[in-house]
This record gives sequence, structure tokens and C-alpha cells, in this order.
Amino acid sequence: MIPLASAATSIHIAVWQVAASLALVALAAAISFWQKADLERDIAVATARSIVQLTLVGYAIKLIFEADTIWLVLALLAVMVLFGAITARHRAAKVPDSFRPLLIALALAGGSTLGLVVALGIFDPTPRYLVPVGGMVIGNAMTASAVALDRLGDEMGDSRARIEASLALGATAREAAAPTIRRSLRSGMIALIDSTKTTGLIFFPGTMVGMLLAGASPTDAVRLQLILLYTLLGSVSISALTATLLAYRNFFTPAAQLREPEPEASS
Amino acid sequence: MGLDRGGKTVLDSLGAGIPEGATAIVGPSGAGKSTLLRLLNRLADPDRGEIAYRGRPLRSYEPLALRREVGLVPQLPALLDGTVESNLRYAAELAGEPLELEATLAHAGLDDSFGERDVAKLSVGEQQRAMLARALAQRPRVLLLDEPTSALDHAARDTIEAALAELRRELEISTVLVSHDPEQARRLSDWVLRLEGGRLAGCGPLAEVLA
Repeated sequence: MIPLASAATSIHIAVWQVAASLALVALAAAISFWQKADLERDIAVATARSIVQLTLVGYAIKLIFEADTIWLVLALLAVMVLFGAITARHRAAKVPDSFRPLLIALALAGGSTLGLVVALGIFDPTPRYLVPVGGMVIGNAMTASAVALDRLGDEMGDSRARIEASLALGATAREAAAPTIRRSLRSGMIALIDSTKTTGLIFFPGTMVGMLLAGASPTDAVRLQLILLYTLLGSVSISALTATLLAYRNFFTPAAQLREPEPEASS
Repeated sequence: MGLDRGGKTVLDSLGAGIPEGATAIVGPSGAGKSTLLRLLNRLADPDRGEIAYRGRPLRSYEPLALRREVGLVPQLPALLDGTVESNLRYAAELAGEPLELEATLAHAGLDDSFGERDVAKLSVGEQQRAMLARALAQRPRVLLLDEPTSALDHAARDTIEAALAELRRELEISTVLVSHDPEQARRLSDWVLRLEGGRLAGCGPLAEVLA
């Protein structure tokens, strides 16, 4: 078990310190204004939203930690899965009815990876572990499945003639879409695999940075980071695979015909 | 029989018969020829009415089995990445047929050396013939051909037409050929369906419809 408790109590951040860091937001806005990048409004909105959202989540996590029941944790994770699926659906606009595949993919990825790390005895099934790890797992699973379905939507449009030519030979929908499914799955997984390759060389991942700042020993920081990277690899593969395998069916009729593309939505 | 797409009627009150042998579907572009061909292969289904094949409604056939029996050669080259042989093998395996590579290539007017050629390095005419060979690898009873020579020069067109004529003599395959060119229909068919604006403008023996 990773000794997190000592680290978690050794740091205190005052409100003025957070306020001071806004100086860098002002710098970003100034650069945008100076170079006419027209991002000042977006920077303001992003900053305001980050304060409000993180503060609310902070209070929610505090409540959950204090209540210390597994049910509240599961409820929070369910809400994350739901919002994750809603958010990813916008990225996967070209995939018909993408919400259900995404919802199932995120729930499966979150449930199975968290279940596994608990079953292997890596983490205790307590709010202190499940909430932050669950958030990372579901967040990464969301990104991976959104990227995979975005690619799937593009590919199914671009490869229509080729897919239909395979169908015309009597291939099943799955056989005709196999190259497309393969490429979509790769797209969903490749970003995390690449960043896992370069981790520590080109960037320090967030967990490690957080633990070092909080005063943990480098050994513990590295070990926890490795556990999380591998957990994320698992969840990203599960979510990209599930979302792709469920979503490609929506492009076909039960008689293995390609559905007519829907009239282009505003995207 | 009729079909709508995007709020527009593409095929309207179409009623016609296609006998065994060589049939051509002719008409100007946008007449619905390719759409009709896709319906015969069940890549789409009509919105109104019904199509029958050998006395049974098309919808009563298992679509995958039907497509192996009634093969479609699409207009745009759509080969899978790999060699010509791997494409033929894929089609033969889908149909559960043994692959006689050299004979199949020869029927499509390709010599033995094409088996190991990469499809990405074929000319458009060679791709068309590779697609024909791929359809033949499934030993279909009926071959649906969508403008098989539309993108080709005269020499390449003649090669394909010769291959098709050869097929009719050597294999007992019925063909349904979509063509915008009445002359090609004259060379390659005995029975003609003429479409105009999604409606049937003529159907019968070649001599009657394309007099």
C-alpha cells in the first residue's frame, strides 16, 4: 500500500497563494491581447470555470471523505461517467447514437480497472483512493473513447466505397469495418502509450508532481505514478475498444447495409 | 418499386423483369441506374414495392449469401490494401470457394503476374479488372457491373469488354451491366432496361429498346 497519508497532511495552500497565481493568467491574457489571438474572453471563462468547478468538487470530495461511505463514492463515479459520456458525445458527432456506446464504455472501463486495482490489493476501497483514481481513470477513458469515435466517424465517411465493396462481396458488417475499427482503436490508445513512453524524460506527470510538492519521497511518488500510468493504460484500452465495437454497428442496418449518412449537423 | 433519398424520389414506380443472360441498364447520368443495381445486391432496400430473384422476394434471402451469389462490381475501384491475390483470396474465403488464382485472373483479362502485384500500384483499368476477378473468385451466378469502363481509355475499355464477352461464353454467368453508353449496351447485352429520371422508359430485347 502506498503511504499517502503522511504526504497529504504536510502541505497547506493559502487563498492568497492561489490569488497570486492569477498573475500568470493575466500574462496569458496580455499575450493574447497583444498578439490579437482573440482568446481573452476564453481565458476569462476558463479561469472562472476552473475556480467554480474545482471549488465545488473540492467541497464534494470533502463531504465524501468525511462521510466515508462507499455509496457516495459510487454515486460520484456514476455522475462522472454520465458527464463524461455527454462530453465525449460532442466529439463523436459523426457517429449516430454515440451516447449509449460511450456510457457503457466509460462505466466498463471505470468499473473494471478500479475493481481490479482494489482486488489486487494495490489500493484500499476507501474514498481517499477511489475518488481521485476514479476521476483520472474515467477522465482518460473519456478522452480515449472520444478520440476513437471521432476517428471512427471520419473513417466511416471516407471509406464508404471500400466498406460497401466488401459488403457487396458478402462480408459481414464487422468484417467490412475491420480495418476502420482497427485504426479507430489505435487512435484512441496511441496518445497515452506515447506519453507513457516519454514520461519522466519530456514531462513529469501530474501525480508525481503533486506528490513531490506535497512532500512525499521521490520513491513513493514514482511508484504511485507508475501504478496510475498502468491503470490508465488498462482503462483507456477498455474504453476505446468498447466504444468502437459498440458504435460501429450504428452505421449499419441489420441487413448489413450502410445507413445513409445523416444530414450534416452543425459541426 | 420505388426509392427515396434525402427527400427526393430516386426510383419511381419501376416495374420490370430481367431474364437470365446479358442485360444492360442504360440512361443518362442521374437516372437511377447505379441505385437500381445496388438494390439488386441488397446494399439498399426499396422504400416501396418489392424485388424478386428467382421467384422469391429479395428480402427473404439472407443478405450475405445473396451478395455472394449476385456479385456487384462497384464503379469506383475499392480494393483492399495488399496484393491482387490477397483480394481474390478474401473474396473466395467469404464465399467458401476454393481459389483458382490463374484461371480467375485470366477470366478478367489479367495474366498470372498480377497475383503478387500491389493493388496500390495498378492503373485504373487494371484495378477494374482486379475488381472483376475478385467478384469472379466468388463464383457468382449473377454479376452486377456498375459502369465497368467509365474511367478508362479505349484500349483499356476494349480489354474489359473482351473479358466480359469471354465470360459469357465460358462461364454460365448472367450479367447486369450499367452503362451510360448505348453502344456498349449493344456490344454486351441482349436485354435492355432504359431509365430516365428514375422511371422506366423502356424494357425488352436489345433490338426493340435500342432500335
